[in-house]
Amino acid sequence: MKESYKDPRIVADSDDISRAIRRLSHQILENLKGAENLVLLGIPSRGVPLAHRISQNIADIEGTAIPVGSLDVTLFRDDLKLRPAKTLERTELPPEGIDGKVVVLVDDVLYSGRTIRAALDALNEFGRPTIVQLAVLVDRGHRELPIRADYVGKNLPTSQAEKVFVEISELDGQDQIVISHNELKNP
Amino acid sequence: MKHLISIEDLSRDDAIKILDTAERLDALTEQGAKKLPTLRGRTVVNLFYEDSTRTRLSFELAAKRLSADVITFSAKGSSVSKGESLKDTALTLQSMGADAVVVRHHASGAAHQLAHTGWIDAGIINAGDGTHEHPTQALLDSYTLRGALTKDRGEALGAGLDGINVGIVGDVLHSRVARSNIRLLHKLGAHVVVIGPPTLMPVGIDKWPCEVRYDIDGALPSLDAIMMLRVQQERMNGSFFPSPEEYSRMFGLNRSRASRLPHHAIVLHPGPMNRGMEITAEVADSHRSVITQQVANGVTVRMAVLYLLVGGDSID
Repeated sequence: MKESYKDPRIVADSDDISRAIRRLSHQILENLKGAENLVLLGIPSRGVPLAHRISQNIADIEGTAIPVGSLDVTLFRDDLKLRPAKTLERTELPPEGIDGKVVVLVDDVLYSGRTIRAALDALNEFGRPTIVQLAVLVDRGHRELPIRADYVGKNLPTSQAEKVFVEISELDGQDQIVISHNELKNP
Repeated sequence: MKHLISIEDLSRDDAIKILDTAERLDALTEQGAKKLPTLRGRTVVNLFYEDSTRTRLSFELAAKRLSADVITFSAKGSSVSKGESLKDTALTLQSMGADAVVVRHHASGAAHQLAHTGWIDAGIINAGDGTHEHPTQALLDSYTLRGALTKDRGEALGAGLDGINVGIVGDVLHSRVARSNIRLLHKLGAHVVVIGPPTLMPVGIDKWPCEVRYDIDGALPSLDAIMMLRVQQERMNGSFFPSPEEYSRMFGLNRSRASRLPHHAIVLHPGPMNRGMEITAEVADSHRSVITQQVANGVTVRMAVLYLLVGGDSID
């Protein structure tokens, strides 16, 4: 576990995460009545491996491979002025594009909703999906915009003084969800 | 990073970060995102005291693709021709709320002066100062080299130019492009050979991180890339070589010389070209030439620089 965590609390282990992803996959299929025209777009960094896992789960259930892409939203954010310019991550849409597709955006944590707002703006530049939905592993509340997820792996009631870290084995060596304390800037 | 004045201010990691950012931006453009909202509400001023077509257009397009407001200020036909000093122009731009100033000036050090005198808070980007530096040209050249000499984007990301042999041919003395390129190529791990007549080599070049040669033919077979510099007739108030014909015969890149380059080697030229002087039209238009790619890459690299300098909070 990262040393920077302060009073860490593990709220989900690797089995919990696998079960949540499996359930998300089933819900997506049930809700969309199949996987036709489905495209999964992960938001870097942790949304991308999550999207691949959902795609794998859906392939196991339906027997068809689901295209997966990566959508970096950095240049579309509304809070760019608040921090130093971030390194850009990979944007790679599936070769068949997103026009007329059912796009499910995948991210690890839904918090303020600003990342998703930026993602919707980014999508606009690349094409016109028929439907856009959102799947997240964790919904921790505290929305700042009228945005909600269609599929939620785990609802985690948190205070804004806390931080939620999703670790995914492809990037972090293991799967777990950790809540740790963050010192408030203006207590 | 708040300003980009000289390649000397960049670490190897900074330089690679700029190239990688350009790589990401290229991928976005290729996939259809031609206009990005990143610099909406920011003002970029092009302050050009010296003639320029491609650098000015390139910066203008880069800023517009990032949705910045762009003002172009050319010395000709402006208050400068009425005698306004650089300081007063800077104070004017400060009052107008410029976030970035792209400056080209005939005096070496002009960009540095703007950045460090406190006249203006904006991020300063050097677009060529006298015979000193032209850092974005060097960055776009390295970006072009990296792209041409690697297999794909995945391989290019994070990479330098380690072990690559680059020849820079011609008027090194007057060339800020050469100066910036030698520094950057060296920083990225490339081996640089500068080639030209002794009269067009600056004093003290033996202390620069490059090899110096006075003949082109012996160098050709080992080069991965050759960069032909423009013969800058407007800066030549003395006699540096006997005649254009002789220069062309001794150092010009023609078909026969190009055929002695390794199979994979590419030809660069920062433009504008004197076709028939430092490079023949045939070579400039050949499959080895990446000259038009350099122009396209220039826009992307300048977008990367603008994003990294003024896209975020500059208090880093």
